[in-house]
Amino acid sequence: METSIIIEGVIAFFLVIAGLFGIVGSFGMIKLTETMQRLHAPTKATTLGVGGVLIASMLYFFLVKGDFSFHELMITLFLFLTAPISANFIAKTYLQANTRPTDLPETGRDYGWSIYDDPPVRSDTPE
Amino acid sequence: MIRFIFPHPLLSVALTLIWLALVNKVTPGNVLLGAILGVVVPILTAPYWPHRAKVKNPLKIIEYVLIVLWDIVVANVEVALIILFKRNRDLRSQWIMVPLELTSPEAITVLAGTITMTPGTVSAMLSADSGSLLVHCLHTDDPDGVRDQIKSRYERRLMEIFQ
Repeated sequence: METSIIIEGVIAFFLVIAGLFGIVGSFGMIKLTETMQRLHAPTKATTLGVGGVLIASMLYFFLVKGDFSFHELMITLFLFLTAPISANFIAKTYLQANTRPTDLPETGRDYGWSIYDDPPVRSDTPE
Repeated sequence: MIRFIFPHPLLSVALTLIWLALVNKVTPGNVLLGAILGVVVPILTAPYWPHRAKVKNPLKIIEYVLIVLWDIVVANVEVALIILFKRNRDLRSQWIMVPLELTSPEAITVLAGTITMTPGTVSAMLSADSGSLLVHCLHTDDPDGVRDQIKSRYERRLMEIFQ
């Protein structure tokens, strides 16, 4: 009896943490004004929001139901694979439509940033 | 012959493990099916991926993953505090150019993904010759410090893993 209260407390703790970060992430979307700034809110604050729910779910199934579930780890893996890619798509689309090369820092290379400049011809590219 | 059956041993192992995690039960049948997928998929995809990433040091991956996970937790708290307690006009967002020493596309992808997931930075674009990376920083007073931290904390470790 004593232990189950502690377990429930820990699970509830993770759920509350997750909810807090989820709300802060969504609030950031409203509060921040520039597109590039708003991109920061969903890519990060929400990671811990989802992560907290997944940790709580793993603990619940492991400690209360007694079987270990890998699905939460898979969700984490796929989240980490997809979140940066969608953020990158949004960033690139925004840059394409709203900035000029002069707004950005220099690349420090012979070639400019990839949406303004063609890549160098690679020797191993098939004709 | 071995190279033909296992063109990419790590990919085979990863596919088998992911299959087992997806079905969520370890039985001989599932292990067998996972192993078959682990052999067949790399062979089928080999022609589309001629320059495979070479992982020099698989053990370093664990260290890297743990550091990144920790940084993600810290990043979440930092960004949450900025969102909640900083007025919009005090925010100093900046573009940062990070010169890259990494050359393999896989390593650069991992670095860009890591930058997006960690403290206050989103990677936006590569230069056309993949020699430098454009990073957007939510709030910083010290752009050079952020750049140096990315290089020393993440890129140096990825160099040890991939090259």
